[in-house]
Amino acid sequence: MKLKEIAHSRTGDKGNISIISLIAYKQEDYALLKEKVTPEKLKDYFHDIVHGKITRYEIESIGALNFVMEDALGGGVTRSLAIDMHGKTLGSALLEMEI
Amino acid sequence: MKTIRIGSGAGYGGDRIEPAIDLIQRGNLDYIIFECLAERTISLAQKNKQKDPQLGYNDLFEYRFDKILDAIKDHPVKVITNMGAANPKTAAYKCQSMAQEKGIKNLKIAYVEGDDITDKLSEYMDYQVMETGEPLNHIDGEILSANGYIGIKGIVEALQNQADIVITGRVADPSLALGPLVYEWNWSMDDYDKLGKGTWIGHLLECAGQVTGGYFADPGYKDVPELWNLGFPIIEVDENGDGVVTKLEHTGGIVTEQTVKEQTLYEIQDPTKYFTPDVIADFSHVQVQQIGKDRVKISGATGHAPNGYYKTSVGYHDCYIGEGQISYGGLNALSKAQLAKEILEHRFEMIGLKYEEIRYDMIGMNALYHDDISTQMNQYTPVEVRLRVAARVKNIAQAQMIGNEVEALYTNGPSGGGGAVKNIKDIISIASILVPVNHFHITVHVLEV
Repeated sequence: MKLKEIAHSRTGDKGNISIISLIAYKQEDYALLKEKVTPEKLKDYFHDIVHGKITRYEIESIGALNFVMEDALGGGVTRSLAIDMHGKTLGSALLEMEI
Repeated sequence: MKTIRIGSGAGYGGDRIEPAIDLIQRGNLDYIIFECLAERTISLAQKNKQKDPQLGYNDLFEYRFDKILDAIKDHPVKVITNMGAANPKTAAYKCQSMAQEKGIKNLKIAYVEGDDITDKLSEYMDYQVMETGEPLNHIDGEILSANGYIGIKGIVEALQNQADIVITGRVADPSLALGPLVYEWNWSMDDYDKLGKGTWIGHLLECAGQVTGGYFADPGYKDVPELWNLGFPIIEVDENGDGVVTKLEHTGGIVTEQTVKEQTLYEIQDPTKYFTPDVIADFSHVQVQQIGKDRVKISGATGHAPNGYYKTSVGYHDCYIGEGQISYGGLNALSKAQLAKEILEHRFEMIGLKYEEIRYDMIGMNALYHDDISTQMNQYTPVEVRLRVAARVKNIAQAQMIGNEVEALYTNGPSGGGGAVKNIKDIISIASILVPVNHFHITVHVLEV
């Protein structure tokens, strides 16, 4: 199953940090997200892109995980050489991840 | 129960104006906020002001206020905005003369100053840069400006002086909404739970359409009606700081638990510690509940005392980025683009291009996610590929070489290269430092019409 079947996501940035939320459509799927989508799994998935630490925060009251990915935006929005310098499209890749 | 109705009229400097005017006219609002200042924008504005002291406020200031002033003539909604950017004073005088020309009477326009500490920068050269951990004086590039993210103090004082329009420079985004809430509900500046709630409300409003269905649609999964007519948000806030997120009828977009959840976490790192100049807000136990069509009840944010520092954005001239792009077509497009890339690599070596970093993309293949995730998601033979190269360099002459070499692929490269473009960006970057609150002297001035 792909993550997009049970969760939605929004991506933002702060400097060279990419921040991706992952939110269960149904509260009962939150436990599954917590079990399957670990920082280690993300680090492996985004190994081409994220060069720093990934921290996961849990917000159970809204069935959400929040991933803070350091050294992920090619130096940050101003000096990144990427077309998508904010990394806004990274959440779409996360939702394609198989769990 | 009495509520204060706050609308959001802009989520970024160049946002649509029609939804804001619609909110003023039909929203029965008490306040409308316009958040128009990104981290880097303030530094670009400072650069403009250094060139011409009459500049340095938002480029669309006159365009927006022409329409805002017309709308508030018949619908008296108080306006709070950071469109003053590097020059709130000149912006306020501009607003005053525009109001006079329109024959508007009894209007008070306040401007808030004190965020700009560029003149004192020499005191901070040994301060540690948050992004790198190194002292500020290690920055390789001309330093242009320093603006602290100040909080609600100036906005509250302006409202106490009966201001109808408050124009600020670098104020923390959520403070634009927290200010009127503190003023209206007379919240104490050490009631951190209420300040946390008001900060959440400001955070939900500050990106305008992003909480009403913008930046949300994913066809087949999350459908949003009429994004061409997206309604901007209103939050109805009671004296306890709980609220309802909604939008106007007969506008596009949606307000659902999902849109509110996404925007709650947008650009938040640790949800227990959202740092602002006014409070450290805690969103880790928030509750959202759909209570009607396009109506979501929000509650449960809390807060703690702020840390005594204002995060301060130091703008500096960083580098240039040179870029070029060219397209290839047919089932051999990828091979042609790869050949073009090989040619460029040789050329850059031959002409002695000196770059800090260089990047090649095959747009449509790997420009967003590099190779591994891209091939994992899909494997196909593209019928068109656009080669892009970008490099970070120290001077403009080097930056020009990059696009020129791509353009030269027309006559020197693979067959059928088309649509070459080139450009150069002059990069202003931001280094953040923490400056003690008592180094800032916030002042409020009121102009009358």
